[in-house]
Amino acid sequence: MTDENIITQLSIFINNEPGRLAAIAGILKDFNINVKGFNLAESAEFGILRAIVDEPDRAYDNIRSKGVLVKKTDVIGIAIKDSPGSFFETADVLGKAGINIDYGYAYNSNDFDFLFIRVDDTEKAVKVLKDAKIKLIKKSEI
Amino acid sequence: MAFWNKEIETMPRAELEKLQLSLLKKEVRMMYDTSKFIHDRMKAAGVSPDDITDLKTFRKIPFMKKTDFRDNYPDGLFIKPYEELVRVHVSSGTTGKPTVVGYTEKDLDLWAESLARGMVSFGMSEKDLIQNSHGYGLFTGGLGVHQAAEKIGATVLPTSTGNTERQIQLMRDLPVTAFAGTPSYLFHIADSCEKMGLDMRNDIGIKLAIAGGEPWSESMRVKIQERTGIRVHNCYGASEFCGPSFLECEEQAGLHVWADICYMEVLDENGDQCAEGERGELVVTMLQKEAFPLIRYKIGDISSLVWEKCECGRTHPRLMRLSGRTDDMLVVRGVNVFPSQIESVIGEMPYLSTFYHITLESVNYMDDITVEVELNEPFLTDDMVKLGKMAREVEERLKSVLSISTKVKLMLPGTLKRFEGKAQHVTDNRRYD
Repeated sequence: MTDENIITQLSIFINNEPGRLAAIAGILKDFNINVKGFNLAESAEFGILRAIVDEPDRAYDNIRSKGVLVKKTDVIGIAIKDSPGSFFETADVLGKAGINIDYGYAYNSNDFDFLFIRVDDTEKAVKVLKDAKIKLIKKSEI
Repeated sequence: MAFWNKEIETMPRAELEKLQLSLLKKEVRMMYDTSKFIHDRMKAAGVSPDDITDLKTFRKIPFMKKTDFRDNYPDGLFIKPYEELVRVHVSSGTTGKPTVVGYTEKDLDLWAESLARGMVSFGMSEKDLIQNSHGYGLFTGGLGVHQAAEKIGATVLPTSTGNTERQIQLMRDLPVTAFAGTPSYLFHIADSCEKMGLDMRNDIGIKLAIAGGEPWSESMRVKIQERTGIRVHNCYGASEFCGPSFLECEEQAGLHVWADICYMEVLDENGDQCAEGERGELVVTMLQKEAFPLIRYKIGDISSLVWEKCECGRTHPRLMRLSGRTDDMLVVRGVNVFPSQIESVIGEMPYLSTFYHITLESVNYMDDITVEVELNEPFLTDDMVKLGKMAREVEERLKSVLSISTKVKLMLPGTLKRFEGKAQHVTDNRRYD
């Protein structure tokens, strides 16, 4: 099953003005959305909050209902071992398969360290990573 | 006081006005007979060349506008075949379509004559070596100044635009005594000299300058003259006239508009002639043009005209500093920019909404133009590389259409201000003093 390894990330677009991020965080709190991992990126004009949440579909509807620009983006969660060379393995497999990593960010849970990555061909990436016996996080594990 | 053409330049007003009227009648007759455009326009307005007996009846002829050039793109207004033309220049139009202007040999001669009179009027002569930093090419500034300077026997150093360090190097290495360029570029040169530890008064021999191609103020002149020790003379023109055409004399008391070359009307909101010295919309008629008609052309500038004889002895009317525009044309780094051009580029990009905003700033007297555009929601992505690519694509397309660089900011959908009624597309934070 490929699908269960494709994680839905929410990309929340935020204008670069003081207090906007706090407003978004307030919305997440009010709707009781649990953020498991996140990353903030900024262009010159606006910021993007990339968040992995426990119920992405509900969270998407909730956030949208507040007039906030949000998009669903497919990412992959890779278990990273606490040892040298672990990230190399993943990057090497994807590189050899001709898959480009757009961005990535780390997330620590009690059990594992995870790397969430966005690639240009998600389904192919899942396949080659699995073939290489690299552990991927499942939707149900979020 | 030297003159290039003393007889005509100091002709008593009454005689000059007589000469002007006879040239005007002749030009209207010639254009009526040879230009279908003018013929049809006059016919439609029910006016024939025989009706034109004075300046008042002349006002029956309908106005020409910038859009007439666009509607007749590229060369529909030309009345001479290319065998009889010797040059074509092209400037920016209102909606991406440029304005194309042609010249016969006589047109070029008269253009050079107009500027030659002006150059001599502020003290230029065959002894001067003029560094011409106006762009050479489709823009009229470079070649216009060039041919007039040669006409008076001056020596031209045709540096064209850009490469400021080399410009300054040449000013120091060669006995350059005069300069032509935009006022902002002159400021930029002064700044660069300062950074290089040069004293413009002693390390550089320039004493006279022609500054034009963009709006500037009297206080800017005071500043630049104090800073550099250079006498800086204002210049006015447009490619539709022929190019930069009119200059200030050494008195710096307005631009001498040669009455045997150009008839300039200043009109109020009702289309009536303003009193001398009163501000109004400029309407330009070129009196001896051959390649295409320029009759009652609304250039879009606002200023006033005085006939009072100048201290220098010249009798022709003087045009005061421009004080505004009747349309939304912007002059950015000497280049005409219409918001409609930017709008048409935005319209080409499927990922952009129709909303945009232009902000102009002056940074060290150089114009900076920023265009904020809004993404269409379906194209919104969290991929920074893609966002960067979109911004660069818009910047490149704008550069090719406007001929100047802009900074493009991609904004989130729905964030640019919406207007009820007429949209305010431009914020101009430039200060001219």
